[in-house]
Amino acid sequence: MSERGIQWFRFTAPANFYDLAGRLIPWFAALTVALFGVGLYMGLVVAPSDYQQGDSYRIIYIHVPTAWMGMFLYVLMAVYAAIGLIWRIKIAEIMAKSIAPTGALFTFLALWTGALWGRPTWGVFWVWDARLTSMLLLLFLYLGYMALHAAIDDRQRASNASAVLAMVGVVNVPIIYFSVHWWNTLHQGASITVTEAPTMAMIMFVTLMIMVLAAWMYSIAVVLARARVELLERERTAHWVRERLEGERG
Amino acid sequence: MMEFLAMGGYAPYVWGSYLVMAGLLVVEMMQLRYRRRSLMNWIRRMARLRAQEEKR
Repeated sequence: MSERGIQWFRFTAPANFYDLAGRLIPWFAALTVALFGVGLYMGLVVAPSDYQQGDSYRIIYIHVPTAWMGMFLYVLMAVYAAIGLIWRIKIAEIMAKSIAPTGALFTFLALWTGALWGRPTWGVFWVWDARLTSMLLLLFLYLGYMALHAAIDDRQRASNASAVLAMVGVVNVPIIYFSVHWWNTLHQGASITVTEAPTMAMIMFVTLMIMVLAAWMYSIAVVLARARVELLERERTAHWVRERLEGERG
Repeated sequence: MMEFLAMGGYAPYVWGSYLVMAGLLVVEMMQLRYRRRSLMNWIRRMARLRAQEEKR
């Protein structure tokens, strides 16, 4: 292993991870506030209303970021769970467990904002079509993961069992993404793809991307903060914890 | 200002989305802070008890 590799490996040691995360969180928190500030101002005030949907389209600025985060975070959670399961890296297990609540929250918000957007545009809060149903399944996968983790007392077994659930559930993510192509659905297709120019006005696109970034920064800050607490709970009797508590206040 | 709040007649939908999101993010952060505080207190209490034990 190169020296550089060893340097990075250091951060998987609990005390180093704890310190590094502690240093990073304020930066991500500051970026979250700044990006949400700019994004909300642009989305609610600067961007013009839509010629068809009026002001109801403004829900897009939180509906799309929350839906993307719900899906991204699930994949990230499954990757960390797999790393924890295969290589027995404690930090990876902690990261997987720390992502779940935030992922579930964003998935719920995607469904909630979708319902409130569906009512004025489609006339209904909810339909059992492919996109909406697979998104609801994602929420249940998150909740199932969290429930399974909480139901098993032995920490290692809880981590292993829920890791398998997380990895199996990952097939649902491409199903959500492609559902609008594979089935006839009320939900519109993707307005933003990697291969084509976005089918929306530039100001709307830029605002949306700022809100997506804000959601990323928020997720990183909160997940790191939760991982730190999780780590402290596991290691509360370790020497390094006592050392750090001398200088730090709750 | 009233026009802004009215959101072109879609106020319940638009604000219902934004406020619920803001509320839930705040709840998540507060819950995390509470969890951290109580854990810190527990660790400190244990440290104090240990110190007393050692004195005896």
